[in-house]
Amino acid sequence: MSHEFVNPAPVKHKYFTPGVIVLMIIAVNGIVFLMGRFFFGLGSVTNLNNQFPWGLWIGVDVAAGVALAAGGFTTAALGHVMHREEYHAIVRPALLTAMLGYTFVAMGVFVDIGRWYFIWHPLIMWNGSSALFEVGICVMIYLTVLYIEFLPVITERFIGKVRLPGFLSGLNKIVDKLLRLIDTGLSKTMFIFIIAGVVLSTLHQSSLGTLMVIAGPKMHPLWQTPILPLLFLLSAISVGFPMVIFESLIASRSLGLKPEMHVLSRLGSMIAPLLGVYLAFKLGDMFIRETFVYLKEFNTASVMFTIELLFGVIIPLRMFLSPKVLKSPLFLFIASALVVFGVLLNRINNFVVAYTPPYATESYFPSFGEISVTVGFVAILVLLYRFFVLNFPVISLPGTGTAQPTKYTIKGARK
Amino acid sequence: MSGTSRRDFLKTTAVIGAGVAGLSNSTKAAPKNILSEDRLGVLVDTTVCVGCRNCEWACKSAHDLPAGELNSYEDRSVFNKKRRPGTEALTVVNEYPAENNSNLPVDVKVQCMHCDHPACVSACIVGAFSKEENGSVIWDTNKCIGCRYCMAACPFQIPAFEYDKAINPLIMKCDFCFNRTKEGKLPACVNICPVEALTYGPRNELVKIARERIKRNPERYFNHIFGEHEVGGTGWMYLSSKDFKELDFPKLGTNPAPGVSESIQHGIFAYFVPPVSLYSLLGGIMWITKHRKEMEEEEKL
Repeated sequence: MSHEFVNPAPVKHKYFTPGVIVLMIIAVNGIVFLMGRFFFGLGSVTNLNNQFPWGLWIGVDVAAGVALAAGGFTTAALGHVMHREEYHAIVRPALLTAMLGYTFVAMGVFVDIGRWYFIWHPLIMWNGSSALFEVGICVMIYLTVLYIEFLPVITERFIGKVRLPGFLSGLNKIVDKLLRLIDTGLSKTMFIFIIAGVVLSTLHQSSLGTLMVIAGPKMHPLWQTPILPLLFLLSAISVGFPMVIFESLIASRSLGLKPEMHVLSRLGSMIAPLLGVYLAFKLGDMFIRETFVYLKEFNTASVMFTIELLFGVIIPLRMFLSPKVLKSPLFLFIASALVVFGVLLNRINNFVVAYTPPYATESYFPSFGEISVTVGFVAILVLLYRFFVLNFPVISLPGTGTAQPTKYTIKGARK
Repeated sequence: MSGTSRRDFLKTTAVIGAGVAGLSNSTKAAPKNILSEDRLGVLVDTTVCVGCRNCEWACKSAHDLPAGELNSYEDRSVFNKKRRPGTEALTVVNEYPAENNSNLPVDVKVQCMHCDHPACVSACIVGAFSKEENGSVIWDTNKCIGCRYCMAACPFQIPAFEYDKAINPLIMKCDFCFNRTKEGKLPACVNICPVEALTYGPRNELVKIARERIKRNPERYFNHIFGEHEVGGTGWMYLSSKDFKELDFPKLGTNPAPGVSESIQHGIFAYFVPPVSLYSLLGGIMWITKHRKEMEEEEKL
């Protein structure tokens, strides 16, 4: 039992399906609106204005994107730091999601900032008191760490199989040697990056919560609290595994694989305690600050808060406590999808719904262009995910593997 | 064997720790945020203002914005709508209905308050905002990346952004005529005001003057100096005949706007101790669990 051998391999399946074509159309639509933003300014595509400086792109592409990519560091902590090898099968898919997710977070920032060509400024112009500076630097470093963590998947795919076309074929041996060098170098030092990835994630997941603290009374009291960083961190930790389950079940459905229920059920059994801690802090904060009085009013804020808490936390928490849910792919999928939805809604609420500027003359709702770009990014992300799992060793096919010892272990243990 | 490799691990960790600690020294490089004793401010006496809007014209002219003819500002129909400073005007005057015991409407000039503890200076990701020695809060176009976090942070909803520009959009707000005052000139609005509704001078003096005015004419003034204590004090302060709530001033506490977020931020990064400790802790767990796994496997054999 302790050795559920895993052997990630490219999945054999065709790339194009009707669903893929639809995703491509959505992606192209997004890119068209994106062009508008770069040629005619933010105002031409978005509904942002001087009252509402941040909208859908910051709330979903950036804030929710970071949270939903949390599976990368939670599974790394479980699989590599705690050496729970039975979970290794899900580490790579989670890593791929995190890598693609953060790449699109960076893209989201790039398109949202007014002067995209100055995106490198925070590297040399520092402001230690700015929460956004902290988030920016951490995300940049973490993205690099994610690329490094993903490198072995690339080297593994090509080592011994380097076939450059035409006159470049003379370089085959050298490239192969280089790949082997990278591979050995990385397997000796990977523990440094794995731990760094976990630390960087806890830092910026929480600092993302600090962002809106400075908005003070401009943010609805149901969400505005000094423990926002803690709530953001706890919700990110509790959405990590549900996101992995959610994706794994969609991927196996779409690629015609058997869902890895033995791993997913055990992963699911860990979600309830994590969600419980988050719920406890969320409710505790509500009672200490006595913000439940705002729930008596019937308005957008109270409705959104209730939906977020009820459907995003309480119902899935109850579901994950039931053994029947953990054993059924369908219920496991529903429960995980609810947590994902809850965190997505929480980030939208924090950055968009809760924000009420003192001199608002209108309310903000994202434009068709903003929605197109966001949905387009998600579509491109899914298409890239599909490309990677079909061409690189990411998904482990159960039963086909040979023993693969933990590769990225900490150096220094006794031989 | 085991000794050497363990030493390697400790060495690597130490090197990373030192590197991170080295970084922490330079993060103190923060934007200029000076709270000088002699900082200047403006006292706006709304009981004196007649709503001529000459300040709007002077401001636009001083900042190279399309200003039009001065006499076109005599048109009082603009008061039908409440306006906000934006990319076309860095200051605007709004008019509010008269008090019961007077037939004079109340005119309120709105612009950046030049906070003593500015949220924008604290928030800006690249430190493009600074609080200068003379009290001005100004913005540096060479640093700004256009993220608009200053707008989300400002408690007075002041910074405006040029949404319609694809290249080099600016953040626009009152800069307290930094370029004029540098040369010893008065801010354009103060300079033009025909009724001396705006008093320019050291903030400490302005507070005294304001208190004196309220004391001498208690029936003329509502007993509050807006900006004396709001969000830790602002460079621009207001006197009025009415409660400030009725004049659309935001209701704000006396704590500086960036206070809470800065203490959280500095708590998480206190000399990088928390992140480095977390790193070591995780390294420890990784080492122990690995060790335990190996012990288990040895036992099985």
